[in-house]
Amino acid sequence: MLNKYPMWKNIMVMLVIAIGSFYAIPNLFGEDHAVQIVATRGAEVTASTQTSVVDLLKAQGIAVKRAELENGQLLVRVQNPEQQLVAKEAIAELLGQKYTVALNLAPATPEWLEAVGGSPMKLGLDLRGGVHFLMEVDMGEAVRKMEEAKIADFRSQLREEKIRYAGIRKTPNGIAIKFRDAETVDQAETYLKTRSNDMTYTDASSGDEFMLLATMSDAYLKQIKEEALQQNITTIRNRVNELGVAEPVVQRQGAERIIVELPGVQDTARAKEILGATASIEFRMVDDKADVSAAASGRVPPGDEVYQRREGGIAVLKKEVMLTGDHITGAQPTFDQYSRPQVAINLDSKGGSIFSNVTKDNIGKPMATLFIEYKDSGTRNPDGTVKMTRIEEVISVATIQARLGRNFVITGLEHTEAQSLALLLRAGALIAPVTIVEERTIGPSLGAENIQNGVQAMVWGMVVVLIFMMIYYRAFGFIANLALMANLIMVVGVMSMIPGAVLTLPGIAGMVLTVGMAVDGNVLIFERIREELLAGRSVQQAIHEGYGNAFSTIADANITTFMTALILFAVGTGAVKGFAVTLMIGIATSMFTAIVGTRSIVNAVWGGKRVKSLSI
Amino acid sequence: MLQIFSVKNTVDFLRHALPISVMSLILVIASFVSLGVQGINWGLDFTGGTVVEMEFSAPVDLNALRATMTTDEAEGAVVQNFGSSRDILVRLPVRNELKSDVQVAAVLTAAQSIDSGVIQKRVEFVGPQVGKELAEQGGLAVIVALICILIYVSFRFEWRLAAGSVAALAHDVIVTLGVFSVLQLEFDLTVLAGLLTVVGYSLNDTIVVYDRIRENFLKMRKATPVEIVNTSITQTMSRTVITTGTTLITVIALFLKGGTMIHGFATALLLGIFVGTYSSIYVASYLAIKLGINREHMLPVEIEKEGADQPSMMP
Repeated sequence: MLNKYPMWKNIMVMLVIAIGSFYAIPNLFGEDHAVQIVATRGAEVTASTQTSVVDLLKAQGIAVKRAELENGQLLVRVQNPEQQLVAKEAIAELLGQKYTVALNLAPATPEWLEAVGGSPMKLGLDLRGGVHFLMEVDMGEAVRKMEEAKIADFRSQLREEKIRYAGIRKTPNGIAIKFRDAETVDQAETYLKTRSNDMTYTDASSGDEFMLLATMSDAYLKQIKEEALQQNITTIRNRVNELGVAEPVVQRQGAERIIVELPGVQDTARAKEILGATASIEFRMVDDKADVSAAASGRVPPGDEVYQRREGGIAVLKKEVMLTGDHITGAQPTFDQYSRPQVAINLDSKGGSIFSNVTKDNIGKPMATLFIEYKDSGTRNPDGTVKMTRIEEVISVATIQARLGRNFVITGLEHTEAQSLALLLRAGALIAPVTIVEERTIGPSLGAENIQNGVQAMVWGMVVVLIFMMIYYRAFGFIANLALMANLIMVVGVMSMIPGAVLTLPGIAGMVLTVGMAVDGNVLIFERIREELLAGRSVQQAIHEGYGNAFSTIADANITTFMTALILFAVGTGAVKGFAVTLMIGIATSMFTAIVGTRSIVNAVWGGKRVKSLSI
Repeated sequence: MLQIFSVKNTVDFLRHALPISVMSLILVIASFVSLGVQGINWGLDFTGGTVVEMEFSAPVDLNALRATMTTDEAEGAVVQNFGSSRDILVRLPVRNELKSDVQVAAVLTAAQSIDSGVIQKRVEFVGPQVGKELAEQGGLAVIVALICILIYVSFRFEWRLAAGSVAALAHDVIVTLGVFSVLQLEFDLTVLAGLLTVVGYSLNDTIVVYDRIRENFLKMRKATPVEIVNTSITQTMSRTVITTGTTLITVIALFLKGGTMIHGFATALLLGIFVGTYSSIYVASYLAIKLGINREHMLPVEIEKEGADQPSMMP
């Protein structure tokens, strides 16, 4: 029969709209004031932490709405902002330094809704306030570090195999290893090929100079860069956690950039200092046989390097690094018995065994702690990136008294330095320095204002469109309006369902635009129906033909718009991406509601009956 | 039944096609001239630099405020109102020897000397390198979008119509850019988003007309291409007016109520919807006719036997 939907189709329409609406519901509940507790290294948030926190708040007379333990972090919801502040201070005092306690706003979605995956839309920084950084990893430095490590590898590998070499140094083309004769070049090449196959080796001998040139393969370079980016992301994520920011975002963008978003943070100076700092330490042996005054005038013994000492003078250190900051698992600022600041270090098991071997073999000899830091020099390179200066200083030289294990202390720092070094070491060192290439700070009041503006625009546009459709198409206009509202609810529902989707200001604009453009589908259909009626068709036929003929037009028109939205999504960043997402969702849901949704109602009301005229 | 546009009598739209096309051509040339001479007023997203948005506790005199920003750190600061007389936007250029933080601090100090209750609402810094990449990516996005559309429309319709639609879209983009250039409106990332939305929206209009043209070529066997295009435009006119109307209403709502941060987006859309609506009629369809569209081109491929003017059909 013409214009009758089978039951399953009607049920499907209702089901889809019901699911969309259901997942839109969490947006109605607003937010709870909450305190977030995250463990830093060495500690853990457990069920017993939860019990003691809840008991503490009860004793203080603060009613706990809900306390949830998830992904190693505890979220305690309280009634109002005043209690939130009191609770935060009390908890911070109870738990001490091993935990980060931060204020947070948690969605007040009821537990039963959360249990089935319901959560409100995530708001972008432009709607909630906060700071956004785009950071660029200095890949040149990452590669340089890797080359240095390779040089050290070559030295020890050749020595191990007893292949005599005359010198190893870095050249612009790669790493050049000099030998005394052609035979050793061959020998070294065959041997090194089996040991480090991520490099390519070429015999670069000329005349009586015998040289092997090792260069990094493209695949290896790519791998180094990828690893540098990944490691930096991990490190920055750790540091963000140390800052105690609620719901931070740390994300890669492209091949060498990292996006960091800190909602609610206003003190950008402090955030920048911690995020961008590239401090690390290295432990090296002091060459106690070297002539310091000769080294000062430039005659540095081979295999040694000269560094400035913090308290003045120089130190001659062996090039070989005994231990790097990578093995550090914990670092706390403390004081020694004379109240001098120091940093207590814990190593991982591998670092511990390396350190214990080295110190056992070198008892009685001096060991230096080298502090390495990259600092923004305040000037820029011609291409606009910030110039970084590498600062290297020997912060302490101590004679090894006994074999050391996994725990020991570093001295020779000032109080604030000890604190920030401890923080940086705890959060891991950045493998290569990062520079901030983009920074956006949005005040919280502006965020609220933006939401208000967007919602107002939506309400105004919507009301006018609804009234117009009602007057112009009468009963059919009413049906189109139902579809329009269902569409809007579904956009919100789908936005809430997709975990990565973020609502931004342009995203709201995309929703407003959807309201204007979504009626297009129904207008096309209704105009067709009118035409068919004017051409003298029967009511049933006109409805059938109207929907049928308009379909391919609607599909073509929407597919092309969807394509442009997809391109916008691919090239856009941040807010523009947000716009593209809402536009794409809007196109999909509006096609569904305008074609299938209205048809289902139209069929139910007029379909398969003897109808003389239509209210259209 | 309420009707905006009667479909009973076919209107000879194409009678005005020549003068309007000439006018469009002039607009395009004028846009190119303006783009060449004064260029585009690129926003922070593309040029790099620093922007500080502040809210004063009372309306401020821009000249008095400018007079306070005399220190070396604040050099090159452009001060303007942003929304209301209490909201001020300061733009700072990228300086090689100076960090963005120092520039911002200097501007805030200057503002505080006039009004101690000033609130810093937004600070944005974009490195010049990022902006350059963005401009390249944005331009590329528009071109890729046009090529994708060319392919899709060729596949679904016919290459003459595809050429017409892409010419119309390029026309919309160029004229909208031209207006931004002539009026020296700031072109930021949201404007780029607006421009791409215009491409999508304007194509909507074109596709609706094309769909009708294809249908009518098969239905009206004796009509000339010009008659068919006229009939198709007339038949879809009601829909065009209504959809353009509802979209305009919502865009105007965005323009008036959406706040200053999406003003550029709303402006681009507002312009683009006007330009896009007439171009889908007068540029897209007219060009297809000039390229010699006729009934054979619209027949389903299976029935095509002769294929004399269809090289792709040759073995």
